[in-house]
Amino acid sequence: MSATQDLLRVNGLSKSYAAPVLCDVGFDLHPGEIHALVGENGAGKTTLARIIAGLTQADAGQMHLNGRPYAPTGRAAAEQHGVRIVMQELNLIGTLTVAESIFIGRIPSWFGFVDRRRLHADAQELMARLRLDGIEPDRPVETLGVGQQQLVEIAAGLSRRCDLLILDEPTAALTATEVQLLFTQLEALKDSGVGIIYISHRLEELRRVADRVTVLRDGKVIGTRQAETAPLNDIIRMMIGRDLNEVQRPAGRACGPVALQVRGLSRGQSVRDVSFEVREGEILGFAGLMGSGRTETMRAIFGADRPDAGAVIVGDGDTPARIRSPRDAVRHGIALLTEDRKEQGLFLPLPVRVNISLARLRALAAFGHWIRPREESAVTRRLADALAVRCSSTEQPVAELSGGNQQKVVIARWLYRDCHVLLFDEPTRGIDIGAKLDIYRLLADLADRGKAIVVTSSDLLELFAICDRICVMSGGHLVATFKRGEWTEGKVMDAAFSGHIGGHAGKGA
Amino acid sequence: MTEYVGMVFVVASLIAIFSLTAPNFFQVETFRMTANQIPEVIILAVGMTYVLIVAGIDLSVGSVLALSSAVLGVCLVRYQLPLPVAVAASLGAGLACGAVNGSLTVAWRLPSFIVTLAMLQAARGLTHIVTGQQTQYFRPMIRELTSISVLGLSLPFLIAVAIAVLGQIVLCRTVFGRYMVAIGTNEEAARLSGIDPRRIKLVVFTLCGLLAAVAALAQSTRLGSATPTAGTGFELEVIAAVVIGGTSLMGGRGTVIRSVFGVIIIAILGRGLIQLGAADPTKQLITGCVIVAAVIVDHYRHSFRKAPLPTETPSPSL
Repeated sequence: MSATQDLLRVNGLSKSYAAPVLCDVGFDLHPGEIHALVGENGAGKTTLARIIAGLTQADAGQMHLNGRPYAPTGRAAAEQHGVRIVMQELNLIGTLTVAESIFIGRIPSWFGFVDRRRLHADAQELMARLRLDGIEPDRPVETLGVGQQQLVEIAAGLSRRCDLLILDEPTAALTATEVQLLFTQLEALKDSGVGIIYISHRLEELRRVADRVTVLRDGKVIGTRQAETAPLNDIIRMMIGRDLNEVQRPAGRACGPVALQVRGLSRGQSVRDVSFEVREGEILGFAGLMGSGRTETMRAIFGADRPDAGAVIVGDGDTPARIRSPRDAVRHGIALLTEDRKEQGLFLPLPVRVNISLARLRALAAFGHWIRPREESAVTRRLADALAVRCSSTEQPVAELSGGNQQKVVIARWLYRDCHVLLFDEPTRGIDIGAKLDIYRLLADLADRGKAIVVTSSDLLELFAICDRICVMSGGHLVATFKRGEWTEGKVMDAAFSGHIGGHAGKGA
Repeated sequence: MTEYVGMVFVVASLIAIFSLTAPNFFQVETFRMTANQIPEVIILAVGMTYVLIVAGIDLSVGSVLALSSAVLGVCLVRYQLPLPVAVAASLGAGLACGAVNGSLTVAWRLPSFIVTLAMLQAARGLTHIVTGQQTQYFRPMIRELTSISVLGLSLPFLIAVAIAVLGQIVLCRTVFGRYMVAIGTNEEAARLSGIDPRRIKLVVFTLCGLLAAVAALAQSTRLGSATPTAGTGFELEVIAAVVIGGTSLMGGRGTVIRSVFGVIIIAILGRGLIQLGAADPTKQLITGCVIVAAVIVDHYRHSFRKAPLPTETPSPSL
């Protein structure tokens, strides 16, 4: 063991909350290396990162930093050792300026008064060094786009001594230009000998930046590979423990008549002249980078945000449906299952029963007003059983269910409403892998029953597995559509980046 | 039913404590008197419960009550209109105030706190203008109403109980009631489920205004007059009662029956303290403590259920 050449070495690390999250994890990092940590949600990536950064303590195991025992008791202790973490969730205070955010905790002062000139100069110098000079140091952070806020946060992390940098899903909120900027940064840091732990579930990114990839699954290290040479499929199999082929849709499935047509839909900068159609029995995927306009397109179709222009036509006719609110959309048989289930989909403290019956409550009510409790219970129990929702009873609050089961509850609501067109926005976000496969099967099932399904996802492999066709959005435009068999990861990614090159300069709104 | 056990227990203990400590407390007359004093607060509590459930608040109920009662008085006294017309005008005034509250809240997405705070001022001002700052005496004109009673319980009390029962049934058994709870729990999710929250909220605020007018009628029947300063501070008394009943100011949670218990608890407390010879300041001090205690108890009652799982733990259920 050449402990001297490792920047960080982790042995036998274990951690349990209610259930074990990490078991006997070993991991190492060289100076000047980018080591990617990948795995499904709940695989333990973030927990491992938090332990290294001192935010959480392990139950068992040792860590060595530069060959010496390392057991940080808190974030401050870790930072004294030069270990810094930039987390997924933003940690900024919106009303502070960029410069203040970067130097918070050690703002240059003179007898208690802020030395604005020095603060500004220091910030400017740092931003220039990081090639972030597009961001003015005096702007309040809240006026920046999310992506730029993330860059500011990274800059704040780099403004102090840093030997080991941990980035937890840094690109989740970034546009293509910003991602490029970040990667250039990482290369420069790497050359100066900083070791970087890079957490992501976007495999396509890893090849571009990482030297090695370690795969975690269910809290265990499955293996470590060289990023350049390992086939992507191997990594996926390591991540999910089985082949995606299980749920793969057969090519050339026959679909029914057109169920929904979207023509020239536009809304602000995020949805520009989007046209497509989806047929009964078809699963149509929407791929694209963060901020490409996928979610906004779904919301505009559903009337959740009023579009500026364009028409939505239900069926294969020519008459546009008048959709001015979600209520209108639902009446036309369109349902939207939002990306953010907890905030926009579920009524967390209310029972499963109420969550399922809500969209079609009047059908359960005598004279359209008087709810018949027995019928409501029977109907909702039947639906919960049909979708294999795991709950103690339909009276259990949905807040107590797991992510996958919560998603099934939302699906049950729309099945009961008898919607023909189901728009799924990131249906498997935050759901563990077993439940993901359940959801994939459910989507295939729904399509087989003649529903028209539109799915957006950041996970290309997911779309490749379940879709009949994939539309790619970039910079608000629908730039390409691929049929099953026509698509490759390269083609889709090229299309996804096409609208950003030269165009979107990453300037915040 | 189990959710009311606690409230019944509190009421029973209060009665027990005052019966043991205050002379002449445990008498039919005490309860009759207390009951006949609270109909307007019960009626207002029904409306307020609804408003709080949809995550709003209505600070204007006291002023709207005064305005409705002023309209009743002026119609009867100054214009000598027949009683049914005067009642209709009074109800109309309350309904209109509620509709304005609802429309402003919904149309401009203003916080209902601000809108109803403005209404609190405006309706009070209007009351003074309408009455010319004069108390309107109309006891002779409503004599037939004041004389109705069952077992010594006045007509207003019986109506208030009926409204509370109806309010509870609407809340827990109708589509409208379910929509209110859904909107109060998560308005955006309700909207995306195809419910129009604006329509429901408009109805709720309008209803609250209408119920303030009904409360005004109840109070006028009892007092036989309309004072421009009637109902001052009622909004806080009503909100206190509803909160003691366990309704959440954050919306989505509450029942009418529990709010009525809240009203009863405050009323018995007040009556008992009077009979003990406590002065008003002492009464206020104790009522304040009860409100805080009720909210703390409620907090614990609910925190047992929702212990959120740590987000990073892989879900054990799949």
